[in-house]
Amino acid sequence: MNTRTRVLLEESVLPPLVALVVALVAGDLLIMAYGQAPGVVWRALLEGTWGNSYGFGQVLYKATTLACTGLAVAVGLRAGLFNIGAEGQLAAGGFGAGLVGLMLPAGTPALIAVPLCVLAALAAGGAVGSVPGILRARFGAHEVIVTIMLNFIVLALLNYFVSAKLHVPETLHTPEIHAGAVARLSGTFDAFHGSAANWTIVIVLLAAAFVWGFLFRTRAGYELRAVGLQSDAAEYAGIRAGRVWFSAMAMSGALAGLGGINFVLGYKNYYEDGFTGGAGFLGIAVALIGRNNPVGVLLAALFFATLSQGGLAINAMVPKQMVEVLQGIVILAVATAVPEVRRLLRSAMSRRKAAP
Amino acid sequence: MTVLLFLAQTLRIAIPYLFAAAGGAIAERAGVVSLTLEGFMLGGAFGAVLGAHYTGSAWLGIAAGVAVGVLLGSIHAGASIRFKADQVVVGVAINLFAVGITRFFLQLAFQSSSNSPRVVGFGASAGGSSAAFLANPLVWLGLAVMPAMAFVINKTRFGLRVRAVGEHPQAAASVGVPVNRVRYAAVIASGALAALGGVYLALDQHQFTDSMTAGRGFIALAAVIFGRWDPLRAGVACLLFAAAETLQIQLQAAQIIPSQFVAMIPYVLTIVAVAGVVGRSTPPAALGKTSE
Repeated sequence: MNTRTRVLLEESVLPPLVALVVALVAGDLLIMAYGQAPGVVWRALLEGTWGNSYGFGQVLYKATTLACTGLAVAVGLRAGLFNIGAEGQLAAGGFGAGLVGLMLPAGTPALIAVPLCVLAALAAGGAVGSVPGILRARFGAHEVIVTIMLNFIVLALLNYFVSAKLHVPETLHTPEIHAGAVARLSGTFDAFHGSAANWTIVIVLLAAAFVWGFLFRTRAGYELRAVGLQSDAAEYAGIRAGRVWFSAMAMSGALAGLGGINFVLGYKNYYEDGFTGGAGFLGIAVALIGRNNPVGVLLAALFFATLSQGGLAINAMVPKQMVEVLQGIVILAVATAVPEVRRLLRSAMSRRKAAP
Repeated sequence: MTVLLFLAQTLRIAIPYLFAAAGGAIAERAGVVSLTLEGFMLGGAFGAVLGAHYTGSAWLGIAAGVAVGVLLGSIHAGASIRFKADQVVVGVAINLFAVGITRFFLQLAFQSSSNSPRVVGFGASAGGSSAAFLANPLVWLGLAVMPAMAFVINKTRFGLRVRAVGEHPQAAASVGVPVNRVRYAAVIASGALAALGGVYLALDQHQFTDSMTAGRGFIALAAVIFGRWDPLRAGVACLLFAAAETLQIQLQAAQIIPSQFVAMIPYVLTIVAVAGVVGRSTPPAALGKTSE
């Protein structure tokens, strides 16, 4: 086996393969624990997601948010930083978009309103993300700790703004935005009727393309990856690691924040407390299985979105919580199996080289 | 009288933090990141209710809760130490897994998506007289856990080894300390201890409710970090955070400051502590590094 095939195997084939196999095996066990036939449940899961256009629309909708948080985590990891704060950044982005949508006068043309709301989402998420970036660059504070703590702070702050200042009585959401709504896909394609899928998906695909181009085709992206691989060596080569940490975290936060528009502008047209529902944390799984590569992230987002929509499709047979268990197990399996197999492959290769 | 009530309520809130923070302290001092406290607590709470429900004994409930903690701790240890998986990823996965699996079995065992039936426990639920509170053995254990942990970490041979593998594993290995075995022991102990925090919650409320730990594992982690990874300081941090919470509950009617701002206190203090604005809080040198 040459190095090229080995890298391909390690980076592209192995993680999704492990994820799929483990999800199937663990899922079988859970389904049987509930006294159901695995084949029937899996078929229902597939039919409820990829088998009809409503289900598929829902998968696309959920994948859109997950792609953003996955890209956010991936950009951080490429710079050697673990952003566990995507949950708070996602919420902040949604809130920023909603706030601007509320402040704009009704009837503002979409061509102006949507970009303004999107910018607000990027800015709000980016602002939250840049805090751990600054603290890391300036004080050496560990970004894992700061982002975890910041999640709680941001969510509490937003909860305060919504519950004390902005909510519609008896709810935890703001009034509907006046401008900036993104149209549903069902407006153009009848088949998606009723699903939440909306044109945000195009914005997010563009963002993924941008991230790919930035990481692999620009000088700044090269510097970011260099710092991520070996920050001391990068410093020695004249790259200022502190600045890279700051900009990587700001970018990471902005990407997570962008995900907020999917719910706020594309689905409900208002900001609702708790709309993130763990999508920020799942972004870690998406980045892990997507190997921090934008294309991989998009595919992994589809996988996790299928699982979570599939949970609803099988709820009549097996509790939908099964998919939450599967998500945890899949992350654990990929995190443990991939380095292990990589070591095995490497040692097999070096043994072959050593042999005459 | 109000002072006494305030103290009692502070203690009542602090007990789960103390257990979980003791677990966090030992795992992190051994060099393994403890994002899993939340999951351990939730698993412990559910285990306790299952045990108490099927045996009718609160004591066996404690045993079952601890068993779940040991199991989850072993998964955490195996993945992070044997398989050298990224500890942060493992932590996130175990927390997700704990939420999912408790919900799944809540359906399977009790056909409910929100809560278990009432089980035996310690103390009266809702409010509770101080006598019932004092009759709860977990309260006393919780009060003792941090001083005991300080003793173990600072004064025993095992504690010395824990500190050694957390600061400089190669040096520890070179003098014959079985690095991985010490880490396994520390992480599994952290699972059992944090689970006790969850057990206390469940048996105090006499039932399991979905996601009942509500971020307490992260407050405990904040206490460990704010306490600079020192058990006694972490214990004081737990009491401090609990006192702030009590104050918030007491002031709720008065509406002086919004409750959300009081809830932020532990997290803000922790960020301030790691940023080193007032006295830098520095983690164990080998924290998070299990790849040799």
